[in-house]
Amino acid sequence: MPLAPAAQYPIDADETPDHEYLYTLNFGPQHPATHTTLRLILTLDGETIVKAVPDIGYLHSGFEKLGEDLDYNQYVTIVDRMNYISPICNEIAWHHSVEKLMGLELTPRCKYIRTIIAELARISDHLLCVGAAALDLGGITAFLYAFNMREKIYNIFERMAGQRFHPSYTRVGGLMFDVDDGWVSLIRTFIKDEFPKAHTDVARLLNRNKIFIDRTKGVGVLTKEEAINRSASGPVARASGVVRDVRKEEPYLAYKDLDFQVICGTGGDCASRYLVRMGEMNESAKIISQAVENIPSGPINIDVEDKLTVPDKSSTYRSIEGLIQHFELFMWNRRWKPPVNECYGATEAPNGELGFYLVSDGDGKAYRAKTRPPSFIHFSLFPHLIEGHAIGDVPAVLGSLNIIAAELDR
Amino acid sequence: MTAWQTKLTETFGDACKFETFRDNIRCDVRTERFLEVMKNLRAQGFDLLLDVTGIDYLHYPKAADRYGVVYSLVNTESGERAYIKVRLNDPDPAVPSVYSIWKGCDWMERETYDMFGIVFEGHPDLRRILMPEEFTSFPLRKDYPLRGRGERHNFPTVLRSDG
Repeated sequence: MPLAPAAQYPIDADETPDHEYLYTLNFGPQHPATHTTLRLILTLDGETIVKAVPDIGYLHSGFEKLGEDLDYNQYVTIVDRMNYISPICNEIAWHHSVEKLMGLELTPRCKYIRTIIAELARISDHLLCVGAAALDLGGITAFLYAFNMREKIYNIFERMAGQRFHPSYTRVGGLMFDVDDGWVSLIRTFIKDEFPKAHTDVARLLNRNKIFIDRTKGVGVLTKEEAINRSASGPVARASGVVRDVRKEEPYLAYKDLDFQVICGTGGDCASRYLVRMGEMNESAKIISQAVENIPSGPINIDVEDKLTVPDKSSTYRSIEGLIQHFELFMWNRRWKPPVNECYGATEAPNGELGFYLVSDGDGKAYRAKTRPPSFIHFSLFPHLIEGHAIGDVPAVLGSLNIIAAELDR
Repeated sequence: MTAWQTKLTETFGDACKFETFRDNIRCDVRTERFLEVMKNLRAQGFDLLLDVTGIDYLHYPKAADRYGVVYSLVNTESGERAYIKVRLNDPDPAVPSVYSIWKGCDWMERETYDMFGIVFEGHPDLRRILMPEEFTSFPLRKDYPLRGRGERHNFPTVLRSDG
């Protein structure tokens, strides 16, 4: 079908001769400070932003349509590519919703491993966000320290899943592989030595850095009422004083057994969001150090008898039951038979609440897989945050919101 | 029954039908009472609109209506969640916008419009958000094919000689 000719944009009614001194600046879609592909149309009065209109969709690739075509295990590879800064959190969110729909209770070992990797991903996400926020404001050293530490986290993911960037590690009712002792010792070294050092380095470089504070304090202020009314979640909402964390309110995985605090701020500005993220990294490290010493033994997948998990290769090749079940889950007309119903499962991703609204028609693939993407919601706050500020504050606000365009556009 | 369910039943009678699955409490609301129900819920403390989900029930087993729109609400004080659902039908699926209650619905409703063609009456700026402005279909409807209708191969090409 051919496309209709592009609609002519109507000339803005505000553009009367009185407003002729206003001019329009196109920011992005390719701009170093956006980090990913997003575009802003800024109306400026000198250096001051009068109006900001985000224009998104450059990376839209129909993830949700694919989610209706791929089965519950296959879609995890697509979900990985949403927030590619912390892919593991997307996987966990996806399978959390799927398991809620099917009514599965995970094994304790699986819960702990998932908790550990989710928190590692949170550290890795916050490190990048904090580092990139500093980079955009001219502090390249902090970025290098932070980015270096992300490599160590990738090494841990590689050891566990064989893939560094997009591990696709979770499966319905469990995980792809079990972890080994080497993985545990990698995490121990990371939490005891490597991470605290990097965290201190970044904190020392930025916390009392006059330039950084001047550029972030009082910039992009989001009040508590506005944060709730405009649907903010995660660190962005918590920096505005909204005490809400899915890990505490509806504890999933192993969060109930672990001791940690919800970090909140009151400023609601970019500096406050930065400090909340720095604090959350410490809490994540605390969670990991508790969880990694207490990983229960036992299987990682739920019982094979439930006929919901993919059996491991040895039982597929060596036993008739395993072989049958393998076929049952991979043949197009068999697979899972979830209840004909719909449900929403929420997790606390590094950026905010990440959930999937799943509608099932009883088939092996979702009838509708709606993502609740935190980046999408947070970017809709952007015009509200930036209006009245100078153009130099755009990178500061963008950096503090941590917009990931792949999750924004899906 | 939770307190908000009781209150909704008292106020709206059979315009609200409840269903519980896992820990989700879903409330099916008749379209004409929808905005009143949402205002009532806001007054009861559901101050956070988490998500707006569009669903096309074209091939869904035993579905009577074509579209569903689900609003996920959270009470930030008590942590309760509520899922409010309206059902819509062709030829003009339309539902009042909740922009007057939650400003956060802005982009969520635009996305639902973009993907399903559901019109949110009273939305201040209902344009396409993810798909290009000149796109003519609604891609997440079930009658839209997975591989599209050839739009990718028919992008208008600007040649140097045209300049």
